[in-house]
Amino acid sequence: MQTHFSPRQLADPALAEANSILRACVHCGFCTATCPTYVLLGDELDSPRGRISLVKEMLEQDKPATAAVATHLDRCLSCFACMSTCPSGVDYMHLIDTGRAHVERTYRRPWAERALRATVGAVLSHPGRLRIALALAWFARPFAGLLPARLRNMLKLAPKRPGVTATGPGTYPAAGPRRMRVALLTGCVQSVMEDSINAATVRLLTRHGVEVVVSKGASCCGALEHHLGRLDSARAAAVASIRAWCAEIDGKGLDAIVANTSGCGTLVKDYGHLFRGDPALVADATRVSELVKDISEILATLPLKFDAVQALRVVYHSACSLQHGQRITAQPVKLLTDAGFDVRQPAESHLCCGSAGSYNILQPEIAAALRDRKAANLAAVQPEVICAGNVGCLVQIRSGAKVPVVHTVELLDWATGGPAPEGLAAGR
Amino acid sequence: MTLCMPAADPAVMVRRASIAEALRGLVPPANVITEEETLRAYDSDGLTAYRQPPMIVVLPETTAQVSAILKYCAREGIKVVPRGSGTGLSGGALPLADGITLGLGKFKRILEIDYPNRCIRAQPGVTNLALTQAVQHAGFYYAPDPSSQIACSIGGNVAENSGGVHCLKYGVTSNNILGLEAVLIDGTVVTIGGKHLDAGGYDLLGVMTGSEGLLAVITEVTVRILPKPTAAKALLLGFPSNEAAGICVSAVIAGGIIPAGMEMMDRPAIHAVENFVHAGYPLDVEAILIVELDGPPSEVEELIARVAALAREAGACYCRISANEAERLAFWSGRKNAFPAAGRISPDYYCMDGTIPRGALAKVLARIREMETRFGLSVANVFHAGDGNLHPLILYDANKPGELARAEAFGAEILKLCVEVGGVLTGEHGVGVEKRDLMPAMFNDIDLAQQQRLKCAFDPEGLLNPGKVFPTLHRCAELGRMHVHGGKTAFAGLPRF
Ligand SMILES: Cc1cc2nc3c(=O)[nH]c(=O)nc-3n(C[C@H](O)[C@H](O)[C@H](O)COP(=O)(O)OP(=O)(O)OC[C@H]3O[C@@H](n4cnc5c(N)ncnc54)[C@H](O)[C@@H]3O)c2cc1C
Ligand code: SF4
Ligand code: SF4
Repeated sequence: MQTHFSPRQLADPALAEANSILRACVHCGFCTATCPTYVLLGDELDSPRGRISLVKEMLEQDKPATAAVATHLDRCLSCFACMSTCPSGVDYMHLIDTGRAHVERTYRRPWAERALRATVGAVLSHPGRLRIALALAWFARPFAGLLPARLRNMLKLAPKRPGVTATGPGTYPAAGPRRMRVALLTGCVQSVMEDSINAATVRLLTRHGVEVVVSKGASCCGALEHHLGRLDSARAAAVASIRAWCAEIDGKGLDAIVANTSGCGTLVKDYGHLFRGDPALVADATRVSELVKDISEILATLPLKFDAVQALRVVYHSACSLQHGQRITAQPVKLLTDAGFDVRQPAESHLCCGSAGSYNILQPEIAAALRDRKAANLAAVQPEVICAGNVGCLVQIRSGAKVPVVHTVELLDWATGGPAPEGLAAGR
Repeated sequence: MTLCMPAADPAVMVRRASIAEALRGLVPPANVITEEETLRAYDSDGLTAYRQPPMIVVLPETTAQVSAILKYCAREGIKVVPRGSGTGLSGGALPLADGITLGLGKFKRILEIDYPNRCIRAQPGVTNLALTQAVQHAGFYYAPDPSSQIACSIGGNVAENSGGVHCLKYGVTSNNILGLEAVLIDGTVVTIGGKHLDAGGYDLLGVMTGSEGLLAVITEVTVRILPKPTAAKALLLGFPSNEAAGICVSAVIAGGIIPAGMEMMDRPAIHAVENFVHAGYPLDVEAILIVELDGPPSEVEELIARVAALAREAGACYCRISANEAERLAFWSGRKNAFPAAGRISPDYYCMDGTIPRGALAKVLARIREMETRFGLSVANVFHAGDGNLHPLILYDANKPGELARAEAFGAEILKLCVEVGGVLTGEHGVGVEKRDLMPAMFNDIDLAQQQRLKCAFDPEGLLNPGKVFPTLHRCAELGRMHVHGGKTAFAGLPRF
């Protein structure tokens, strides 16, 4: 596609990158078909091709974002279904990052929205603050009716009981001979809301000869802030993790850094790019990126011993960050099938469930419509349990599902001798 | 823009705000788009060489709203450009500076699936692929499959009479639709055809199919669905020359075989696609053919063997038969992604669409190669070989001054060449603005005037998608009293757009 950047603009690396991304787009519109917001809203402006055009205009003209532009970019879920579909290899992910950063810089949102976004960023990505907030939420539940709608939505997503972290920093030794040593990214939200997933991951890995370390300091990857277009805050969060893991790599060594929240994994795999303009950190960031693997990628290399076959009918929900962000589709299904589960795939499996980081809090209407559509597609295969590889999806889908919704590792832990995931033990 | 469009009417443009206000009374206010940045996102379809932001975009949600909008526009003399998914390649949905773009993106519901009558009734914004997806679990599908099927709308398909790789055997859009609901420019809602094959009276369905948004806005489509063939297999054939591939195509057709699809790609196209799709295309050949046979398994097996033998005789140096469904689909996915995959080897491409007699293929491709040096641009060729529909993709860089103009000139020569060898200007992408000015290479003034009379019968004020398809400006009233002398009309000198 033709672009109109001046030589001066092209001297800016971010704009030079945006320019080369834009040049690759041939405006064919294929990506509109799989974009959840276009499917729901039917407006070109809510499609990838439309957003590309909005970003292009804004950057080329170096204009401040208008309210309309901000609205349509905010509605993007960053699910990256568009990138899986695009035959021309357009790197939408890095273009929208630059677009969002421009919006953050040039557009002043209405007060209420600013406050909400600040709260989301400040609370969700700090485990300590989140724990306090959840405790407050727990007390607030009975008074939910008195709160504004969006805060009510936040409350709905809060777990019934704020969890106690069982997988704090430390080393969890391998059972039997050690095959590999990995660091586990426990995730800021996950470690508080659903630490059972981390516990299952540690059991599953150590049971199969993997030593797991949870590094002190590596508590948040920065993905939530990144999603909000706050690249500086995202980098600040990431630095601590990079330092902690590099110390681990240079110390006892790591064979991999394991992510069991694919939303985090996608960003950490991209750290090299996030820090490309920072000579002091880019090397370490790249080292970290290159070591990160989704848990399913690691498990696929291990000889798992399935001894407790559960022939449950499982519907596998492919998290966007896994299928579009990291292009991992086959491994989780194969693992579950090997474990003896009757694995089904739902219709419209490419569509986002509406969780998308903090999207369900910031865009409740669209998120709810996507959740309902996802829930109906999942229910259509009449599953006994729903599973996915990303905590955000679990929380979101649970609010619309009638059967237990668990993480893939919880099922695999169960099938290799671990405890049954919550809600599944009874009657089996 | 090197294209000349009808001059925008300043009297309409100054009323922009009040028109938008009026439209906000007819549809939910958020469905009327007027901000400059946002209008730009609607400034072209899949043909990016021509761009023009519309005056206003309106996104109705119901037929009643479409009717109210058109009625209002007819009364106020405002031009309307219908738009489906905006994947068109001839600029059919190119906006007008003084016109409203009427987008059908919100018409996304499938209204009825009727297996006993083997049809689907759907809103026009439903994608072509979604139709098949809605019935495939029951063993049915919608046959025409444009390469853009993932995204293009069924309304757009009807407006362009779109084809696809399987149209050789199963026909184009016009052979696969049964009924339409459409809104005329005065707001009248009409129903044409129904759920049966033949409607009495004039073939209005035929008139509407391929009408490129010039006659009415389509608000509902009833399509025929077919049971999926019990077996389908594809051959992937490689040839040392375009001629050899051309000979094979002729031999297959002359042999009385009707493949479900027969597609050819030349060397540059193969390389561009293989990079993205990894379909396993051979990279050391000059041309590939994908030939698909479908039907009962025994018939498919026999025909596959016959085609393989014919290919050998024609000099094929590579032959692979799809071992399973995944492989068959992989063969096709390369072909179906061929156009946008060109975006990987060149920042811009200009996709041509002409039809030639199959026998002329080798000659036409050789002439295109000559032109490549003359214009200093390269071309990747994709060819619906079975029905002679050629898609040369002219690769250019819009950021380099002069390249677009050269690409346009190159394209015009290719299309004239198609007509010269006995072919036609368009296969399936429509005339739009792209081929508008070439129409006289194909039709004389009498033909064109006759076609415009039909347009006038539906839209006497010329408000629906003006500036498209017809090269010369005629007022309908003038057409009515047109005198023809020896093939020349009295208005031959009337200005071109
Ligand atoms: C990569 C690529 C591959 C393609 N491959 C093929 C192919 O194999 N075969 C093929 O035939 N085409 C192909 N096309 C062209 C294009 O996809 C078709 O012409 C398609 O039918 C256009 O549909 P649309 O919904 O995008 O229509 P648009 O581009 O939005 O509009 C096309 C025309 O139809 C009119 N229109 C749209 N909707 C309506 C309506 N509801 N009522 C009245 N008028 C309407 C518009 O005014 C315009 O004139 C391809 C395009 C691309 C980008
Ligand atoms: S699919 Fe890719 S090339 Fe086509 S419009 Fe979307 S981003 Fe652009
Ligand atoms: S990331 Fe998802 S929501 Fe955003 S444009 Fe792409 S497909 Fe649409």
